[in-house]
Formats: sequence, structure tokens, C-alpha cells
Amino acid sequence: MKLGFLVDLNLCMGCKGCEVACKVENEVPLGSWRLRVKYIDIGTFPEASRSFTPLRCNHCESAPCERICPVSALHYLENGIVNVDSSRCIGCAGCMMACPYGAIYMDPETNTADKCTYCAHRVESGMMPACVVICPVQANIFGDIDDDESHISRYIMEHQGAVQVRKPEKNTIPKHFYVGGGNQTLNPLAQQRIEGYSLFNNVTHLKHIGNPHESVIDRFLEPFETEEKLDNRSFVDFDNKAYEGGH
Amino acid sequence: MVEHGIHATQAVVTLDVPLPGIIWGWMITLNMWAKSIGTGVIIVGAFLLYRHKKEEMPNLRWQMPLISFIFLNIFLLFTLTDLHHPYRMVNIFLHPHWTSAITVGAWMASLFTALVTVMLVIGYFDAHPYTGKNWKLAKVARENSSFYEKIFPFVVFLAFPVTLYTAIIMAEAAARELWQTPAEVMQMIWAALLAGSAGLIMISGSWSKESRKDLALVLAIATLFSFLMYMGEYFFSFKSAEAEATLAYVHSGGEYNAEFWFAMVLGFIIPFFLAVRNMKEDNRTLLRFAAILALIGLYLAKDVWLKIPQMLNLS
Repeated sequence: MKLGFLVDLNLCMGCKGCEVACKVENEVPLGSWRLRVKYIDIGTFPEASRSFTPLRCNHCESAPCERICPVSALHYLENGIVNVDSSRCIGCAGCMMACPYGAIYMDPETNTADKCTYCAHRVESGMMPACVVICPVQANIFGDIDDDESHISRYIMEHQGAVQVRKPEKNTIPKHFYVGGGNQTLNPLAQQRIEGYSLFNNVTHLKHIGNPHESVIDRFLEPFETEEKLDNRSFVDFDNKAYEGGH
Repeated sequence: MVEHGIHATQAVVTLDVPLPGIIWGWMITLNMWAKSIGTGVIIVGAFLLYRHKKEEMPNLRWQMPLISFIFLNIFLLFTLTDLHHPYRMVNIFLHPHWTSAITVGAWMASLFTALVTVMLVIGYFDAHPYTGKNWKLAKVARENSSFYEKIFPFVVFLAFPVTLYTAIIMAEAAARELWQTPAEVMQMIWAALLAGSAGLIMISGSWSKESRKDLALVLAIATLFSFLMYMGEYFFSFKSAEAEATLAYVHSGGEYNAEFWFAMVLGFIIPFFLAVRNMKEDNRTLLRFAAILALIGLYLAKDVWLKIPQMLNLS
């Protein structure tokens, strides 16, 4: 079995349902994304169009992140998923430097590398990934690409010539495919980023959920610090003024 | 004209998450820089011992491992400090993943540091016969003085992979097109020779003129070829779109442009001429000045080369 993913960009309408479902299912912290939907405008008015590109880990067959990880925190599952063991991760960020798709982030709560796992925990229980279930237009297709009769395999066969992967020249052999994509949507070098494209530049983390800018000293002291116990009272007593100005 | 009037080939990102920014920052620059000195002094020291009698360089036997030991520990400290989970570094030894150059490098660097420490202990107590007369460690070190010469060839041999493994890490960082293996390997070698000669120049005050001339020669060659390597990459990386887009952060001016040219001129060109001059005319102060400039330049050049690929959007 080799699990693969296909997104039909002709169907995606940019509702970001998959993004939200992923956040909720995997408890992805503020300011981090396992899956994101990028809006790209092409052309000039009135001949302009907007396309939506969901971006997640490609679960490459020859994954640079798996290769560079010094402790096998990133590892293959039998079904082809590139999984993360956060309890083993040392936080060297080698995987972040290696992934050609920018799909890995440093979790600000655990200070370990994290990424999309195709919801490996759900797949193990026979369920589909959260982003697949939530998609209102069934633009996300997930399944066994080793099985010629699976939905994804038939979809790939039906759209031969239009199926693409990101950065094939990197020889990572991605197992995440796109239908309806083009150079302008899949190649970041073919896109301009004009100031103001992001709403999330200044994310402030509350003290009790971790701090992405924690100091070097904190990293060494962390094992010896006792966690502050949280109850409803602590939220009632929360000092909003201390965090004014953040988003 | 129309291709200039509309974005015929370029799309505009109108909503996305912010770019992650620089992940490997100054601590990794310092790590690489310190490792170049730590390994370079051993490589250049071996070259000097091959060329000259050790009486011409009386303090080399213990000060060479001393410099190496200090900078290897700086390198190891910042390697550890840069980890988000420093205590889990032990996982590299408990759960090693051998396809990773980080793992192989960590094992080799640890072994190298251990051997350099042994050399330092033996070298120091041999050079200071009245120190620690009653210490057990000093006694054992002096009794096994010949062990220094036995392990030295192995340490020299190990210095090469230890200085080069970072180039393989950068090669494994498939996302960063600017870092290509052959170029990075050569840059690391030149960096080690540059840093090694510069480090030894600092302690060469009492050495023979001929040995200092050799140090100046190594420094001159290393600065020249480092400069040529960077120039080659700076001007002729246009075969790869990603490398060219990365270099645009230097080409287009700004802080990285200033840092890069500061490194090239003050760090490589001026020390080159100072070292060449010193080969004809022995001037210890000027040679030390050249060495300091070269070390500053090396740090800045490495810093630019480490950071600019991280500014490029990957997806």
C-alpha cells in the first residue's frame, strides 16, 4: 500500500475548510500550519482570475526531511506516510532546511518539528484525513496509489497529462498530486508577494501556550520548570492589558 | 511591450501565511566558523610539521591542540544551544540515523574533540614539566608522551571529514539550491586552511621566519581561492533559477550586499595582499592583522551564504 493525495484545483473554491479542519483535528498552534490554502491572482482587471492552491506535505518517496533527520524522528510508515515522532525530535531544524516545499514548521508549544501526516492516526483507524472529509466539493482525493482500482488511481488515469507535482526537478518523488494546476499556481518563483498578502504577521502567543521566541536559556531550563496549572479561574483572571497590541 | 504592461508570466499572491524567515541564524554561522578554526589548525599544523623541524615552532605541540580544543568546544556549545531541545542531543547517539550528515558529523566531531583533548593534555604537561608534579593525570600524560605522535596522523585524517561534513548537511538541505556539494566542499576546505593558518599566525611570534612564511603562503592561497569561489558563485549562478533568485538578495543591495562585499574586500582581498607582502618581508604585526581580518571576513561571508537561501519562498 502506498497512500497518495490528489487535489483538483479546478474544484477548489478556497473556502479554507480543509485548513480549519486540519487545525482542529491536529491541534495546530496559532501561527503554524500543516495545511494552508494560498490565494493567487493571475492577470489584470478585467481579465483577472483567482486560484486557490492547498499546500501540505508531499510525503515524498525520497523525502529529504527523512534523510537529514539525525534521530529518525521523521520516518516512513509502511503505507508510505512520512510521519513525525515529536518525542524523539531534537529540534535541529534540519528538516525545515531540507524540505523543498516549506511544509515543516517548528511547533511553538512543543519546540519540535511538525508537519502534515495525512492524519496518520485517523488513517490507522480506517478513517479519511480530516481535510478530505470536510471538503464540500470533494477536491481532495486520498487513497492507495498502488491499487489500480482506487479512486485516486482512477482519477490520475482519467486526467493523464494534467496531473502535476510540485518541483519534480528535486527528485523527491512526491506522492501529492495536483490536477488543474500550472506554473503560476505551483511554482513559487512565478509568483510575486506584494506587501499585505498575509494577515498573520504578528501572532502573539499567550504565556501558557508557549512562546515561539523563547530564549536560548529557556531551552536549557525547560525540563526543570514546572508547568503552571490552568483552570477556569486562570482565564477569568487573565490580564488582557498585558497582551494589548497583539493579534 | 505588453509583457511589461501586465503580469504575463507572474501571478500575485493575495493571501497566504507569512514566510518562516531565517531558521538557522548567527549561531550556525558561529558554529561553522569555529569548526573551521578547530579543524584548520590541525591541518595547517600538520603541514608545518611536515615542512619544518618542531624546534622551529617550540609551542606548536601544545598550543595547536589548545586552539583546536577551544574552538571545537565553541562549535559544540553552539551546536547544542541552537537545538530547540538541547538535552535530546543524546538521541543522536542513542538513536542514530546514518543517512543524516548531522549524525555522522556529530559522531566524528565528538571523536575528534576527544582525541584533540588527549593531545592537549599530553602536549601541555610535556611543555610544562613542573606543572602538576603530583597529579595523577600529569603523570599518566607524561608517561604516554609518545601516544601524541601515534594519534596525530589519525587526528589529521579525521580533521578533513569533520570540517567537510557541514557541506554535506547543506547538500542534504535539498530546499536550498544555492548550496551545491562541490562548491560547498571546496569552500569548507579553503575556510579550514584560512582559519587554520590565521589561528596559528596568532601564536607564531617565536617561530622561525621560514615557518611564518609558510603560514603566510597558506593564508594567501586560502584567501585568494575563497574569494574566487565566492566570485564564481556570485556572478555565474544563473544556470539555476532558484540560486539566481537567492542571490538577488545580495545583488539588489541592502544589508547582505554590504556584508558580502565587506567580507570580500576586508576579509579576503586585503589579507591576501598583506600575506603576499609578508612572504617577502617578515612583519609579525602585519601578518597578525591580516589573520584577524581574514577571520572576520570568513565569518561574514559564511553568514551571508547561510542566511540568504532561507529568505526565498519555497511554496
